[in-house]
Amino acid sequence: MSRFSKSILVLALAGAATSAFAFDNFSGIGRLATPAEVKAWDIDVRPDFKGLPKGSGNVDRGTELFEEKCASCHGSFGESNEVFTPLIGGTTPADVKNGRVGGFLTGDIPQRTTFTKVATISTVFDYIQRAMPWTAPKSLKPDEVYAIMAYFLNLAEIVPADFVLSDQNIAEVQKKMPNRNGMTTDHGMWPGPSAAKGGIGNGGKPDVKNTACMSNCKKEVRIGSVLPDYARTAHGNLEEQNRSFGPVRGVRTVDGDAAAVSAKPAGPSAETALATNSGCLGCHGTNNKIVGPGFNEVQARYKDQADAESRLFDKVKAGGQGVWGSIPMPPHGHVKDEDIKTLVKWILSGAK
Amino acid sequence: MGDISKQPGHLQPAPESFLTEAEVQAIAAGRRSFLRKSFLAAGAAMVAPMAARATEAGDPEILNLPTWSTTLGKPVATNPYGIPSQYESQLLRRESPGLTRVGGASVSFCPLQGLFGIITPSGLHFERHHQGWQDVDPARHRLMINGSDPAFLKSPKVYTMDQLMRLPSVSRIHFIECGANTGLEWGNVAVPTVQYTHGMLSCSEFTGVPLKLLLEDCGVDYKKARYVLAEGADGSSMTRTIPMEMVENGEVFVAYGMNGEMLRPENGYPLRLVVPGVQGVSWVKWLRRIEVGDKPYATKDEAVHYIDLLPSGLHRQYTSVQECKSVITTPSGGQRLLEKGFYNVSGLAWSGRGRIKQVDVSFDGGINWKTARIEGPVQNKALTRFNINWVWDGKPAILQSRAIDETGYVQPSYGQLREVRGTKSIYHNNAIQSWKIVESGEVSNVQVL
Ligand code: HEC
Ligand code: HEC
Repeated sequence: MSRFSKSILVLALAGAATSAFAFDNFSGIGRLATPAEVKAWDIDVRPDFKGLPKGSGNVDRGTELFEEKCASCHGSFGESNEVFTPLIGGTTPADVKNGRVGGFLTGDIPQRTTFTKVATISTVFDYIQRAMPWTAPKSLKPDEVYAIMAYFLNLAEIVPADFVLSDQNIAEVQKKMPNRNGMTTDHGMWPGPSAAKGGIGNGGKPDVKNTACMSNCKKEVRIGSVLPDYARTAHGNLEEQNRSFGPVRGVRTVDGDAAAVSAKPAGPSAETALATNSGCLGCHGTNNKIVGPGFNEVQARYKDQADAESRLFDKVKAGGQGVWGSIPMPPHGHVKDEDIKTLVKWILSGAK
Repeated sequence: MGDISKQPGHLQPAPESFLTEAEVQAIAAGRRSFLRKSFLAAGAAMVAPMAARATEAGDPEILNLPTWSTTLGKPVATNPYGIPSQYESQLLRRESPGLTRVGGASVSFCPLQGLFGIITPSGLHFERHHQGWQDVDPARHRLMINGSDPAFLKSPKVYTMDQLMRLPSVSRIHFIECGANTGLEWGNVAVPTVQYTHGMLSCSEFTGVPLKLLLEDCGVDYKKARYVLAEGADGSSMTRTIPMEMVENGEVFVAYGMNGEMLRPENGYPLRLVVPGVQGVSWVKWLRRIEVGDKPYATKDEAVHYIDLLPSGLHRQYTSVQECKSVITTPSGGQRLLEKGFYNVSGLAWSGRGRIKQVDVSFDGGINWKTARIEGPVQNKALTRFNINWVWDGKPAILQSRAIDETGYVQPSYGQLREVRGTKSIYHNNAIQSWKIVESGEVSNVQVL
């Protein structure tokens, strides 16, 4: 080896030691994103409305859209507790004035709806645009999001019935949100710098303090709460949720027949798993309506019809509407024929 | 307590009751002929003492060779992807009935009550999905990095999995805990076992690329961009804000590996963010985009959820760090001790602020404490296993564990936590867990103030 190449080697090693990672560039790795690509994915909307698309929508249009695309899960007035907690309710005109939801101040708040909590309307816009409707996320156009938001704001008595929400006035509306003054960032659980240093919170100072006392730490043991009887049995047979050998056993929390039932192989049946993986259970409950009918209702309706199996196979494969209401079921071309057949058989035999 | 004599490996007691006191003494004196005679006399009762003699000789499981000792086993690769023993069907991820309304926006809890050490088997890692889980095609997955303003990042870039997996990688063990773990228990005891009280907790070795390298590859301006938004590729396109400090110090990474293999789909295959010490919701799964910006984003899961309601009626926003916490997993709620005697009491401790320094255990509801053994090496922001010897005397006891992290923070009691934060919070309940044991050996969930 020549002197020259040796010294290069030494240099290279020294470089590696000082910084294991740093490298001028990772040659051949990554490429520039095109403006169209960034536009396609960069959909976030911040509280200062950076990222907000242009557009507008009124309450009437919002009412229609909500009924068509959202009410099946959230209730016509955003009040439903069936699929998720209610969106609207629990706020008053006084809250709109004060920017604090009174129910949180008095502790008298039966249901923490979305609008009782959210301080920034930007959050709701951002979320609906990216994630709703739940089974068809990112399908709404900006004008539709504005219209649905106008409907929400009217339901919550923040704007009048003839209101048109737009990118021009949304910042004004944010100043009327009923819980806009209800947030604090003064805590120790933000992992960045403190507010004093331009960040959030107090720099990580904990709010609750204990000491590591080792002996005679207190005079008596005060029990604040014990497991209620119903909760002991509400999670199935605990015996089957623990090994059948080792230092302990699970306690038997159901007797006789019930134990036999829950002694079946744990986890969902193969068909339930197939229905989950094929996306059916996002829209159908086995025993309740979600977007589409409950599978129990489907079974009840078709139980005496000889051609039910083939008819339902065609319907699931091609999608369609009108039998149970105006909401369509999307086509399922991506699900294998034999899987659809299995699922239809399973539904018609009670979806267990 | 169960019938101990029927537990595997317990020898049946000798059938003294079958022999008269005189016969027992005769045997003790070595006059075995006496015993033979009495067997003949016993006639119909023969069978029972014969069986008894078999167990007197020893454990039938030892004396009679089992089939697995006397037959040929199965060939290699019978299960090309190995699966647990047929006897291990009990420890599964489970939902808590009634907690959520639809399975696509729900939680499944990790069965901590039966796990060992600190690594969670990948198939038992807890799940929390907001819009179902997806099995994303890695060949079609992309990671985009951009700035909320062109001034914050010189070149917005796109990376494929092929490219990400060529970059310098790190492998680190970290815990991940949902901010709502133990949230059911803020007001009172609500669920029976450690699976449901603490099972939104898992710990894995993750492998991936420090986010810092990627941001620097794109020419980030650290002076201007102090916040990072992470976004998922699934229907929910989950977003959360994290501070740039955690990226700059090299802690945050984009992970593709988990426990030696690729991430599981339920955990974000093929790419997720790892934000050590911070609640799970920030570890965005199916990660498709990172944006750098100058302000936090107030996304749905940091403006409507994962906000902590205080007694004042205010909500704490951007709470992220999981404070120091611990729980005894064996024995724990819904279990039953088999009998009096020696037990290795075992549990887990962790802190979002660093390493675990010490864990103390109490057997009397927190009056006296003893320091437990910690299984090392103790990792930063990882689960830490502790063990302590205990002889149960058959009397009622209340078991607790209390962790201390390297910052000196001591895990609080329920009384101390509620004094500051009330009972309505849902999130970040890190109170000391108590398990009460009664004479029957049954362990149940109680809260000691
Ligand atoms: C198929 C059922 C379904 C449909 C249809 C649906 N949603 Fe949702 N929605 C949900 C579920 C489930 C969640 C909770 C998701 C989660 O856990 O993050 C949710 C959450 C929301 C939230 C956030 C609430 C909160 O407090 O976090 C808003 C706002 C919302 N939906 C609006 C809409 C709008 C607007 C539409 C119609 C365009 C719609 N949803 C259609 C099921 C549905
Ligand atoms: C996006 C929501 C959605 C998904 C996903 C979905 N369905 Fe449906 N399904 C519906 C709706 C809505 C209807 C009612 C259609 C109607 O009124 O004609 C329906 C109806 C049905 C019916 C009754 C059809 C009839 O004509 O009476 C069956 C059977 C059914 N679905 C099975 C399935 C199966 C199997 C899957 C999974 C492969 C599935 N669905 C997935 C929404 C859905």
